[in-house]
Amino acid sequence: MLEHSEVLTCAERTVRVLAAMSGGVDSAVAAARLRDAGHEVTGVHLALSAKPATMREGARGCCSVEDSRDARRCADVLDIPFYVWDLATRFRDDVVEPFVAEYAAGRTPNPCLRCNEKIKFSAVLERARALGFDAVGTGHYARLEDGLLRRAVDPDKDQSYVLGVLRPDQLEGALFPLGDSPKAQVRAEAAERGLVVAEKPDSHDICFIPSGDTQAFLAERIDEAPGEMVDPSGAVVGHHRGVHDFTVGQRHGLGIARPAPDGRPRYVLGLEPVSRTVRVGPAEELDVTELTASDPVWLVEPPVGPLACAVQVRAHGGLVAATVRVGDDGVDVVLEQPLRGVAPGQAAVFYRPDADGDVVLGSATIATTSR
Amino acid sequence: MTYLDHAATTPMLPEAAATLTEALGRVGNASSLHSAGRRARRAIEESRESIAEAVGALPSEVVLATGGTEADNLAVKGLYWARRAADPRRTRVLVSAAEHHAVLDAGEWLAEHEGATLDVLGVDATGRVDVATLREALAAHPGEVAVVSVMWANNEVGTVNDVRALAEVAHEYGVPFHTDAVQAVGAVPVDFAASGVDALSLTGHKLGGPVGAGALLLRRDAACTPLLHGGGQERDVRSGTLDVPGVMSLATAVRAAVGDIERRTATLTALRDDLVARVVAEVPDARLNGVPLDRPGERLPGNAHLSFPGCEGDSLLMLLDARGIECSTGSACTAGVARPSHVLLAMGLDDDLARGSLRFSLGHNSTAADVDAVVEAIGPVVERARRAGDALARS
Repeated sequence: MLEHSEVLTCAERTVRVLAAMSGGVDSAVAAARLRDAGHEVTGVHLALSAKPATMREGARGCCSVEDSRDARRCADVLDIPFYVWDLATRFRDDVVEPFVAEYAAGRTPNPCLRCNEKIKFSAVLERARALGFDAVGTGHYARLEDGLLRRAVDPDKDQSYVLGVLRPDQLEGALFPLGDSPKAQVRAEAAERGLVVAEKPDSHDICFIPSGDTQAFLAERIDEAPGEMVDPSGAVVGHHRGVHDFTVGQRHGLGIARPAPDGRPRYVLGLEPVSRTVRVGPAEELDVTELTASDPVWLVEPPVGPLACAVQVRAHGGLVAATVRVGDDGVDVVLEQPLRGVAPGQAAVFYRPDADGDVVLGSATIATTSR
Repeated sequence: MTYLDHAATTPMLPEAAATLTEALGRVGNASSLHSAGRRARRAIEESRESIAEAVGALPSEVVLATGGTEADNLAVKGLYWARRAADPRRTRVLVSAAEHHAVLDAGEWLAEHEGATLDVLGVDATGRVDVATLREALAAHPGEVAVVSVMWANNEVGTVNDVRALAEVAHEYGVPFHTDAVQAVGAVPVDFAASGVDALSLTGHKLGGPVGAGALLLRRDAACTPLLHGGGQERDVRSGTLDVPGVMSLATAVRAAVGDIERRTATLTALRDDLVARVVAEVPDARLNGVPLDRPGERLPGNAHLSFPGCEGDSLLMLLDARGIECSTGSACTAGVARPSHVLLAMGLDDDLARGSLRFSLGHNSTAADVDAVVEAIGPVVERARRAGDALARS
């Protein structure tokens, strides 16, 4: 075995790279930078929808025919080979169906994270490796240096959270050329390079729900399972069509006619699919000081004793200092300050704070929370 | 570069390119009465006569159009409308399951928007339409069929149909017969009059002519409702100012390709047979789709269509492309996603095998070196594509 320091990472030597190109500005510039770095780059657009829409609907879908054309146009401008890979079945099985099942089970999944774990850096990376590629490059905003995954320079765009679920062997085959650039610079670079997508809006929604209406999407796929909404005193304050309509921390759209006795807003505190109960109550009841999380993945040696770190519990925000202990069934996390709106099903990503960019240590899926 | 995708489009013949570029500098609308118009008209009519002579048609039977898609749409829709107008009970469209989308989708459109019923004729394991199949379909609804369309030669697997026998059966039932011959003209002997068909589509860019120039050969007695209305050109069946350089170049290419057919058939058959034999020697479980090579008249000489079990066609295509070999997997949807070919599925291949298929199509400038390049690459490429298929199944 070579010592780690003797192994050149993908970023340092010329390799054959498969650039995943969504048709957006980030992945186009990422492909361009990889090519300029001397890598042998081939562009691939992942077709994730069984029936791609002709034009984008709503804010932005990521697998319309138009997106595929945009990706192809960028690849042509960059003068790199370009193909479309059909991963619709895998995407349905590994991302969309678990997404629906998680909601039905009263949890709040993050499909982007699952797509990175199961599609981009699993199905695509495995296939790419078998075809003779060394790595998959994407337009994610994160830095990967010496095997360490760090936050991007642009704090607003940082995507280390949705990459935090990747195993070391997956990260070994990953290249993120945008991690050291602010978004504005990436857009300017796209314009300079003559890429037609320079002004294309960012994607915010879940790509397979282009309308942005997650509730409607779920309602088509999950049978109604009506139940009661119960406040902390045990009083039934309303009814609902199914726990899948809710997320912990949600305030709007609860459909409770009668205000709380003290007149303060109610929030979703917890979802109990078996008894079909939605627990609601005041904001302070949302405070979480401890959580358990399952299926941990470590990018460092798994800690033996208590690990002092920072934990992030959702894609944007929800960051706090914590102590992590590895147990038999996952990890126990004690937060130094209470956090609100911690939803089971989301990932807890553990960071080591660092002035040069926080380093991802590992992650796990939030199972339970307590005050 | 090893270009083995001549069935998609083939390089222009030098003489066709010369005709085109020379003519591009001259003015003249063939409908004008002045001398520039007369010159243009003379060039068009000489081209028309030349095309007609090469394919056994009368000059007046050549309806110039932009290519296969237009000619197919004009024939399927135009013959349907005219036949239905003459006899309102005739509302059925019969097309083979192996047709190009220009025919299939035209038939589907008639079903969706014109109240037609589309009957799709099954093909045998080689992609061929049996005469008995057609007879059965016609006999099932006597007096109800408005048009039959069966291709002369298939674009994917190269299977040649017995068009003459099929047309005869259609005529027994009083139904006009169209054939899409874009892959056939210049590749196998095509004689419009002898075939007995009422309409035949041909296009320039499959035989060494320009893209955007083609024709529908249409018998004088075949009633065909126009798609394009306007200046009344082309017997009032196809309005639009004629593309003089394109038509001249098309004529040059048709003449050259048809005139060279014997020599080219011998060359391409030898190269193709060599390619298939040596690819199968490298990849023993590869299988040839379509008509076996020992029945040469029933298959396009330049077509080699092979399935590689355990491989994704698009992996094969990508790996070959990276080695400078250009071939085809069949069709892709509008987003660019490779789909299992409807032709292969109609021939009874399962989904996986259909996906793991490649078409190598040779043409007028193919050489033994092209075959050598494929043979050298195919073993490692298939091995790699299989690993990728396994990886995808495993991960």
